[in-house]
Amino acid sequence: MNVEKILLEHSTSPSRREFLKTSGMLVVGFSAAAVAGPFAAQAGAQAARGLYPDPDFRQLDSWIVIHQDNTATFYVGKTDCGQGTGTAFRQMMSDELDISFKDTTCVMGTTDVTVDQGGSGGSDAIQVDGWPMRRVAAEARRVLLEMASQRFGVPVAALAVTDAVITVKADPSKRVTYGELIGGKRFNVALTGANIDATTGVAKVKPVQELKMVGQSPQRYDIPPKVDGSTKWAADVKVPGMVHARNVKPPFAGAKLMSIDESSVRNLPGFVKVVSKGNYVAVVCEREEQAIAAARQLKCNWQKPATAPFPASADLFTYMRGTAPKSSQTPNTLGNVDAAFTGAAKVVEAEYEIPFQGHTAISPAHALADPSNGQMTIYSNDMKSYGMRNGVATFLGIPREQVRVIWMEGPQGYGRTAADDAGFEAAYIAKELGRPVRMQWTRAEEQGWDTKGPAFTFKIRGALDAQGNMTALDYAARSCDYNHLGYNEPDTVLIAQLMGQRRAMPANGSSAFPNDMYAIPNRRTLLEVVGLPLIWETPIRTGNLRDPNGPQSTFAAESFIDEMAAAAKADPIEFRMRMLTASNADDNGFRRARSIAVLKAAAEKFGWQPRPAPNGARRNGDVLTGRGVAYTYRNQTVVAEIAEVEVNRKTGRVWVKRLVCAHDCGLIINPEGLRRTIEGGMLHSISRALYEEVAFDTEKVLSVDWASHPSLTHLDTPAQIDIVMVNGDPNPNRPDLPHYGAGETSCKPMIAAVANAIFDATGVRLRRVPFRKERVLAALNAANV
Amino acid sequence: MANITLRVNGRAHTVNVEPSTPLLYVLRNDLGLQGPRFGCGLGQCGACTVIINGTATRSCVTPTSSVRGEITTLEGLAKDGTLHPLQKAWIDEQVPQCGFCQNGQIMTAKAMLDKNPHPTDEQIREGMSRTLCRCMTYYRIQAAIKRVAGGNV
Repeated sequence: MNVEKILLEHSTSPSRREFLKTSGMLVVGFSAAAVAGPFAAQAGAQAARGLYPDPDFRQLDSWIVIHQDNTATFYVGKTDCGQGTGTAFRQMMSDELDISFKDTTCVMGTTDVTVDQGGSGGSDAIQVDGWPMRRVAAEARRVLLEMASQRFGVPVAALAVTDAVITVKADPSKRVTYGELIGGKRFNVALTGANIDATTGVAKVKPVQELKMVGQSPQRYDIPPKVDGSTKWAADVKVPGMVHARNVKPPFAGAKLMSIDESSVRNLPGFVKVVSKGNYVAVVCEREEQAIAAARQLKCNWQKPATAPFPASADLFTYMRGTAPKSSQTPNTLGNVDAAFTGAAKVVEAEYEIPFQGHTAISPAHALADPSNGQMTIYSNDMKSYGMRNGVATFLGIPREQVRVIWMEGPQGYGRTAADDAGFEAAYIAKELGRPVRMQWTRAEEQGWDTKGPAFTFKIRGALDAQGNMTALDYAARSCDYNHLGYNEPDTVLIAQLMGQRRAMPANGSSAFPNDMYAIPNRRTLLEVVGLPLIWETPIRTGNLRDPNGPQSTFAAESFIDEMAAAAKADPIEFRMRMLTASNADDNGFRRARSIAVLKAAAEKFGWQPRPAPNGARRNGDVLTGRGVAYTYRNQTVVAEIAEVEVNRKTGRVWVKRLVCAHDCGLIINPEGLRRTIEGGMLHSISRALYEEVAFDTEKVLSVDWASHPSLTHLDTPAQIDIVMVNGDPNPNRPDLPHYGAGETSCKPMIAAVANAIFDATGVRLRRVPFRKERVLAALNAANV
Repeated sequence: MANITLRVNGRAHTVNVEPSTPLLYVLRNDLGLQGPRFGCGLGQCGACTVIINGTATRSCVTPTSSVRGEITTLEGLAKDGTLHPLQKAWIDEQVPQCGFCQNGQIMTAKAMLDKNPHPTDEQIREGMSRTLCRCMTYYRIQAAIKRVAGGNV
């Protein structure tokens, strides 16, 4: 009943007045277009039959609808993680369609009305998914011009189009709008393409020079409702008859549930049910605060496992070094590394450590599942809503055509919702109860049991020749990442694990390469992955935390390059530039040329004066000041960052006072949106550099709130952030300049830049993240700084 | 359960709840408000912030029965359809990334500026320091507050 009610309420095309009232803030959740599909009346009929078929990506109608009021709605299979991608999609598609940006809206990530573009992940929304979006919009424009050509009896070449109005060039009184041509009707145009990414029509996309909205900075349409309280988030969904669920997690990892004393909660007000299977336990009540009280009060008898599930976090790195790897690779060996070290004038060796760091989203996991009419509708902020739909169908054993996920805004976890436990849990309980269920995790549960970014140890050696050139790099990275998860597989989410479901083959996990743009003639890379003793139903489970391994590997690799520069008594930028320019080899994205350009741009913006590090001269009482640089790339996005830090010698506190970022992600869609994404990425990594670490003993996570797992605060905010948008392409005005992703690259070098700046300020090299003040102070004291 | 009358955004509401129920759940589940948000339930992050008698208050740890006086939520900041200057500044500055915490940021800033309309940079940092953002939009939040404090909205 609820599903139909919502569909009926919202399935009619909005009138122009209504449309204009909501344009600019369209995706306000299930109360607006997020439920209504391209042809919502049909969608409503399908829902009544209990079918949520996959929108056909080879049909133009699945992507674009032109309304009678000469506006358009774009339907895309992505989700916005808070970087404003929805606004960027509208810019790209309105340019190709030749319609005013303000006359467009965008619906994202709802599985039965938008094609499966995979939701979010890998910062590929603009880089990969933007292309089929552009091509289908170009195709719609082509079809509309053909229609006008027939209407006016002139060739397409004789027509002009501006803001969704087509005119005959020779006689502008002959005009027709897109809405008049096709408003409210189907295109019925087939597209081609082997897969969704390859979707295309006949039309070609426009050259960069003809794009009008791309490169401008329209404000994000989702921000006004977020600041006036009108956004309906996934957390806000309410449907009639809903009840509230809370999990009761095992008090220690690997615990076996021996018994539940339901009488401990049965008489509580609002009590509905205890739901349990295997080691999974949840309690359901009519009201939210009742469910919270019942979850606290439910008596369960748990048995500890015979062996410890993991070492304590204090012993993690010792454990990782002493454990046989689950996998080991030696890709990209170059030259003769051993001979280079034998003949070296100087050899530098260093080890680096970075602990597990949590996603620790600002709000814990939550979802609402509605089982009305034998269907399963899940209202969720899952970034990979399509994966959840498939996963839930398999997990519950119901046809996927009966499951849909409605994506709505949520707290950003930067990868957390790629393993969206709450949606699965809500759906399971809803199916058991036959009532809509809202699941909400607690803060302690989220930080205890969310997915973690993998811990790493690194062992790196480098050789310098007599001229101070780097002749060899011997890099070994070991991650603790076995049984990595993150795609909503039905047997990896926590509820499935606790119920005893096991994958035949745990995911291998991955280690991480160093930057290979530096021309170092002899190079060896060893990538290893180790696992913890307990790999199933464990709170120490790894997932995709913003650029999954990049901040870790770049911390080690770019700290090490700085150590080499110091050993060579070279300026850190000059040393890097020497290795970038020592080769002419470039790829078809001109990554080398663009890398050189960003490093130059960052140095120039900062006002970098060449000299070797460290520099102990700049001292103001107990405050030591230093600067550090780091450079890297992610796919084809290249970035150089410089941090200026103040280190308090008496307290150990580090303040990143100034940041410079030079960033080249190819064609920029929305410069102001990009700027803020880069700022957020840099500050996220400063939080990881200075504060974040998952602490645990041998049976449970101990960092379970914001006191025990500190995060960056307003006190840490840099005084100044300068961002330089670089277009380092050798032919910067080329009409086919590609657009690359920008959601994660700026995170990648920042930990290293901070470490390098601390070294410059103090002469002390910190090789263990995070640089909390106690650790910094101990290192300064040990070095008599 | 007891009948409790709350004044929220200028209107009186009577709810029948356990007196110890945190105000947050009453605002969200009984009154249907969406500004105050659940972030931690511990009073640590600030996402649930409302203003009670001029003071930024963490509704997730405030028993409903303890509330005396007028409650203002994010929905109550706009007057006669005109956004509060802080809300305008938040849009002008394009502050949010995901935006989930921004209720707490705006409400905390409002209570701060009401007491001290022209804070120094240090006072802004201090005044906002217990309100967390995991998208780390702090730089823009502070810029937006400075816009309002400087009359530049």
